[in-house]
Amino acid sequence: MTAEPRAPMLSERLMDLGRRALVIRRTGILIPFLVTFAALSLISPSFFRFQNLTNILDQQAGIIIVASAGTLVLIAGGIDLSIGAIYGLAGAVSAQVATSVSSPVGILSGLGLGLLVGLINGLIVTRFRINALIGTLAMSFVVSGFGAVLTKGNLVVAFDHPDFQQFAATRIFGITSAAWMMVIIATTIGILLARSTFGRYVYATGGNAEAARLGGVRVNTIRVATFALSGVAAAMAGVLDASRVLSAQASSGSFLTFTVLTGIIVGGTSILGGEGSIRRTVIGCLFVALVANGFNLLGLDPFYQQITLGVILLLAVGIDAWSRRFS
Amino acid sequence: MVALTQDVHLDIRGLGKSFGATRALDDVSVEVRSGSVHSFVGENGAGKSTLGKIVAGVFPPDQGQLVLRGTPVSFHSPRAALERGIALVAQEVALVPQLTVAQNVFLGVEPQRGGFIDRGRLLEQTERLAQDAGFDLRPNALVGRLSIAEQQQVEILRALGRDAELIVLDEPSAALSAKEVEHLHEIVRGLARRGHTVILVSHFLNEVLELADTVTVLRDGKVVQTNPAASETEASLIAAMLGRAAGRAYPDKRPPAPGTAVVLSVSDVHAPGVAGVSLEVRAGEIVGLAGLVGAGRTELARAIYGAAPATSAGMAAGVTTLPGSPSGSLRAGVAMIPESRKDDGLLLQRPVRENVSLTTLPIFDRLGFVRRGMEAEEVGSALTKVSGTPRLEAPASALSGGNQQKLMFARALLAKPNVLIADEPTRGVDVGAKRDLYRLLVEIAAQGVGVLLISNEIEEILGLSHRVVVMRLGSVTAEFEGAEMTEENILAAAFGTAPAAAA
Ligand SMILES: Nc1ncnc2c1ncn2[C@@H]1O[C@H](COP(=O)(O)OP(=O)(O)OP(=O)(O)O)[C@@H](O)[C@H]1O
Ligand SMILES: [Mg+2]
Repeated sequence: MTAEPRAPMLSERLMDLGRRALVIRRTGILIPFLVTFAALSLISPSFFRFQNLTNILDQQAGIIIVASAGTLVLIAGGIDLSIGAIYGLAGAVSAQVATSVSSPVGILSGLGLGLLVGLINGLIVTRFRINALIGTLAMSFVVSGFGAVLTKGNLVVAFDHPDFQQFAATRIFGITSAAWMMVIIATTIGILLARSTFGRYVYATGGNAEAARLGGVRVNTIRVATFALSGVAAAMAGVLDASRVLSAQASSGSFLTFTVLTGIIVGGTSILGGEGSIRRTVIGCLFVALVANGFNLLGLDPFYQQITLGVILLLAVGIDAWSRRFS
Repeated sequence: MVALTQDVHLDIRGLGKSFGATRALDDVSVEVRSGSVHSFVGENGAGKSTLGKIVAGVFPPDQGQLVLRGTPVSFHSPRAALERGIALVAQEVALVPQLTVAQNVFLGVEPQRGGFIDRGRLLEQTERLAQDAGFDLRPNALVGRLSIAEQQQVEILRALGRDAELIVLDEPSAALSAKEVEHLHEIVRGLARRGHTVILVSHFLNEVLELADTVTVLRDGKVVQTNPAASETEASLIAAMLGRAAGRAYPDKRPPAPGTAVVLSVSDVHAPGVAGVSLEVRAGEIVGLAGLVGAGRTELARAIYGAAPATSAGMAAGVTTLPGSPSGSLRAGVAMIPESRKDDGLLLQRPVRENVSLTTLPIFDRLGFVRRGMEAEEVGSALTKVSGTPRLEAPASALSGGNQQKLMFARALLAKPNVLIADEPTRGVDVGAKRDLYRLLVEIAAQGVGVLLISNEIEEILGLSHRVVVMRLGSVTAEFEGAEMTEENILAAAFGTAPAAAA
């Protein structure tokens, strides 16, 4: 009775795949990102141009700012679906106030609104113990509704206030102030998350809230803080985009929520909380942007772009779930 | 030869398993005979749970082969193993907290009627299983509300309910108290009598010697020896496990001088499961809190620490009033090692370093940032003290059960408390390391820390405590000191059959 050598069974091959998926999850989206980047550079002559690349950065500035803060929310075990609504409202209000009062006041009132809504989100989730998904979904209706009422559904324009535009579109070393702010904000949040006490508490809260609480972490305070940051970040994105084009529509943010969540999740931050990083989120968002940019440059049908994005998202979540079984 | 192989239920041949650089199992070969109780013992991290999981199909081995009644098998899921008659009671309970006891016990194999779950039979069968096992469980209770001990019982019922021929029990008694342990032993003997095979992993060597027919000792993933239990003693097993003789089990007691300051006093505490408890712990004193599972000891501990809502006529640590929140308790110098490391303690995905420093981060904080060097140093030395593996950057999920428990101990130690509430602090810790932890407890008590020790092991309570408080049905029923502190007295008070030696 000696054990005979045998061909690996299907189950074992599946296990092997699972382990490989784990490796993919660890290295994250970086490799697909680099591959896409290289491929686009080779295929499309207009891709690897300073102009095109800085354009991508400028356009993604808002998304990456929101996604960085959104990553904190997700890691702490929450989710914020109201970011699109905040984005729209803050953009419209800031443009309105910029025309009627002054640009700085416009910018501050936009950001202030974002902070307010973020704090309310935090209270809803912690004090009233409403599930974050539902609570922020409801808030997104409330906030969009306010936006529609305030602007009567109209486009808010600030064309005659070019100083408002300087906020987002001032070029420094050929790169817009919006892109610079994105770099600074994402880096700051990244360092906070990785190195600060607050960052530790964010991971602990999402990883095991009860253990964190018994370990002396003020779990609710941490949660509220992440929602507040997310609100401010969404408002910041709204103000930047309003400033860039000198106009804003309160209802313009509906796409943003999903783009941001896609970027975060494709980057490899788990929607179950406790895991993730800002670096991943930034690369995830840029990857999604590259795909879109590639479709544009290659003149492909934008409908296929959506299908591609959907498949990428499914793959990202699938790999995450699959590799969890083997970790 | 043929007769012999027939007699072998499970032949484990050359099993190997690695997790990254860790060699959890290395060329493990053991024959488990039909109808026998086969025990595996070894230090924390020796590979016992890994072996049990491979046998039950949780994951496949890297090398080697399982041969079940003469047929080579390889399971790709626990379900596949179950279909071949192998069930596992895992070391860490894995139940669905939102479901009831009955629903958990029969999860996936619910009795059906016309395509629907037959609820009547489900309850009835669960009731019968629980009765046969001697467990006091309500089939309709939500599992999420149960204590760890009760959840452990549900796990055991679940394995029994599947009528498996081979049952792997991974430290089934770690969370149980004397009464339930006795029932468990009855169950194991009954299973063997009826021809079932039991693989029993345990750190309680007396239990192993009492129940097992054969004992295999594992060390660093390798088989040291497999012998008939009758030819082993606790000392011989310990020597084989550790590769050396162990020191004394309990260090000398050093009770505090009379009149030493009280560091913890609570009076008339009411909480779910706690009906008006008052007690005091003095500096340097180790107070044992004994009682049956469900007597309200953990609930009392949680109430004092502020983990659960409670009312009282006053709770104070020294002169500081306890505010009834964990963060407040920690600030007042009260630390707790929670009963359930998995639910209430660990951040499984985070590195060991972050797990240990969680409560002490303010100490390592400079301008909001964590001083990593200092953190790593302090965490490393705390882990060394509890004889835990100083693998600072491994995720907590990669540690064996006992090593995770040491991590909880290290966290409490690092907080430098004045009062330590230790709820089953050595659950799942191996014999050798247990002795190190006992020494540590006595040491910190000698430095003036008041310790409230909850344990299901009467021996542990007797060996360490200066005074024992017994709880029953949410109230304190007796208090023993000095010569009165005996197993009989404590058990009598815990069961409520007291020959009235109450204080
Ligand atoms: N998922 C995992 N990832 C990485 N390492 C692991 C994993 N599971 C177990 N190990 C390692 O494998 C070794 C054996 O672990 P195992 O859980 O089998 O020990 P054990 O004998 O059951 O210990 P204990 O008595 O503490 O329960 C340990 O070094 C452990 O750290
Ligand atoms: Mg184990």
